[in-house]
Amino acid sequence: MNHNGTKDHAELAEKFNRDEERVNWHDRTLWWIRQKRDKAAWSLGDEWEPLREEASRIKSHTLSNLSEYLQEFEKNAQANGMTVHWAADAKEHNQIVHSILSKQNIQQIVKSKSMLTEECHLNDYLKEEGIDVIDTDLGERIVQLAEETPSHIVLPCIHWKKEEIGELFHRHLGSPEGVIDPSFLTNTARVHLREKFLTRRIAITGVNFAIAETGEFVVCTNEGNADMGAHLADVHIACMGIEKLIPKRKNLGVFLRLLARSATGQPITTYSSHFKKPRKGQQLHIVLVDNGRSTQLGREDFRNSLKCIRCGACFNTCPVYRRSGGHSYHNAIAGPIGSILAPNLDMRQYKDLPFASTLCGSCSNVCPVKINIHEQLYQWRQVLTEEGYQPKSKYMAMKAMATTLSKPTFFNIAGKAGRWAMKLVPGVVSNQYNPWYKEREMPEPPNESFTEWYQKNRKKKNEQ
Amino acid sequence: MSSREAILAAVKKSQPELLPLPQQDYVSTVPGDVQRFSDTLESIGGKSYLLNQEEGVLEVIAKLFPDAKRVVSVDTSITVHYLHEYESIVHHSLQDVDVAIIKAQFGVAENGAVWVTEEELKIRVMPFICEHLVAIVDAKEIVPNMHEAYNRIGLAEYGFGVFIAGPSKTADIEQSLVLGAHGPKSMTVLIR
Ligand code: SF4
Repeated sequence: MNHNGTKDHAELAEKFNRDEERVNWHDRTLWWIRQKRDKAAWSLGDEWEPLREEASRIKSHTLSNLSEYLQEFEKNAQANGMTVHWAADAKEHNQIVHSILSKQNIQQIVKSKSMLTEECHLNDYLKEEGIDVIDTDLGERIVQLAEETPSHIVLPCIHWKKEEIGELFHRHLGSPEGVIDPSFLTNTARVHLREKFLTRRIAITGVNFAIAETGEFVVCTNEGNADMGAHLADVHIACMGIEKLIPKRKNLGVFLRLLARSATGQPITTYSSHFKKPRKGQQLHIVLVDNGRSTQLGREDFRNSLKCIRCGACFNTCPVYRRSGGHSYHNAIAGPIGSILAPNLDMRQYKDLPFASTLCGSCSNVCPVKINIHEQLYQWRQVLTEEGYQPKSKYMAMKAMATTLSKPTFFNIAGKAGRWAMKLVPGVVSNQYNPWYKEREMPEPPNESFTEWYQKNRKKKNEQ
Repeated sequence: MSSREAILAAVKKSQPELLPLPQQDYVSTVPGDVQRFSDTLESIGGKSYLLNQEEGVLEVIAKLFPDAKRVVSVDTSITVHYLHEYESIVHHSLQDVDVAIIKAQFGVAENGAVWVTEEELKIRVMPFICEHLVAIVDAKEIVPNMHEAYNRIGLAEYGFGVFIAGPSKTADIEQSLVLGAHGPKSMTVLIR
């Protein structure tokens, strides 16, 4: 349980796990996407690893010069005819967007996928102000109709089955009852959303990359919804976190080769749209949002998390994410990277997330910008424990662990004691007070430790 | 202090010492492979069509889209379908376009994408709002990969530019691929 009575990751995951069949299906689907990513990466052969390395270094450089690049971007974007806004936090971001809508006297808008606006809870804010926001990405529209939030940054409704979507569309969009064919349902949404594109005068989009050198920004989609919205609207508002900058246009060559391959295994998204100037007669606004990013930049151990290009690969590969579902992370950005970003915003509220990991390191292995994700999760655990955000029992356990691991004699004695206890009184470890034991069978304890075995066998070998 | 100043000051304070920007140059000696371009395009749901000497674009369009009612282009060479009023037209009125024909600057072999800018498009929404998209690209204008693509683009001026790789698509419903999410249901690249 979290401090404010909301459920923590373990409790939410338990809820998700009540439907075993669904968990297995969720797990398999995401693993299938992870495999597509592998194939796409391998198709580049020897080029893949150097590309990741270069992407990571471009981002390191950008972060080390971010204040200058932000100003360069602003200057060039303004010269291109864009209006540049700065928002220190989520609240200011929402107010800026709202003030642009108010000036135009607009109550209805379309929005394409932007994890930043999710992070800022823009939809809720605008709803309070009486503004109707239509999410136009199909997956996002589905979760919006269901009054939910996306459970994955690239695949927002990966937790929904087609039967449920059929039922949802029947209720909200008038599709015939019982129809669950994905083509039919997609077409139903197409017709419904086309009318919105044609009638709404303001469109909000996210930003995948912004280029300091040219003052342009790039939005990547497969559906074409960002373009349909932006090109038909009188006013286009693009919202971006300040870490989305890259120095030069040619750096896009590196990032666009990595992004879609890592995300879904496609060689590139269908559309990679470069917005440089407003269309004739159109207004183009860009909102640069900090919301904790400058703080994270100052945390040396966690700075690299700002390199994230939101591909979702770390989600798809994560054994915990695949089996606990995106909503168990109770944060706009779920998964391994969300578990690093969230505690930066609020340690108390998200203290459970860095523990929602096996630290297997698979996330770090697939990350296209080589973020040391699992190491940062481990580091957050230490920070959270040191700062007193963990229950006393966990704190003592971690202290004991640190002592045991740092002293060889202690480690050996503790190992012996553990093996002895597991054999003679298994209840000591396998009980309801040990959350590790839940849903698990404890392994048979070995008769001897590896060190003992090694010494014995080494001796034997040396004697031969 | 305005938010702008506050953010810049906070970033400046937090950012580490300057690290170098990798300055890798990617110049390949091989030209882009037309076959590879076509294969990749087909693998992502697009279609490619190699124009032969005698065949005109208009004939091919008529053959590929026999039932199309409204076919438009802003390329002067596409005479019968030329959209004379493109400067004054309300862009929303293109919603009933069956086929839009655009001229692309070049194609990218590794991902089947073509690059177009506002200069060729005139109307930005054109390749998104149509039911079917046809792009024309010269066979000698195929580059091998995205590095070469950006070498070609350089620091060119444009208001809007886009890589388009295949038809609009989604797999949001149980990962089943559906072509034609919001934009064109098909994309054909005519290679000449
Ligand atoms: S942390 Fe890496 S793998 Fe995860 S979403 Fe970000 S870029 Fe992708």
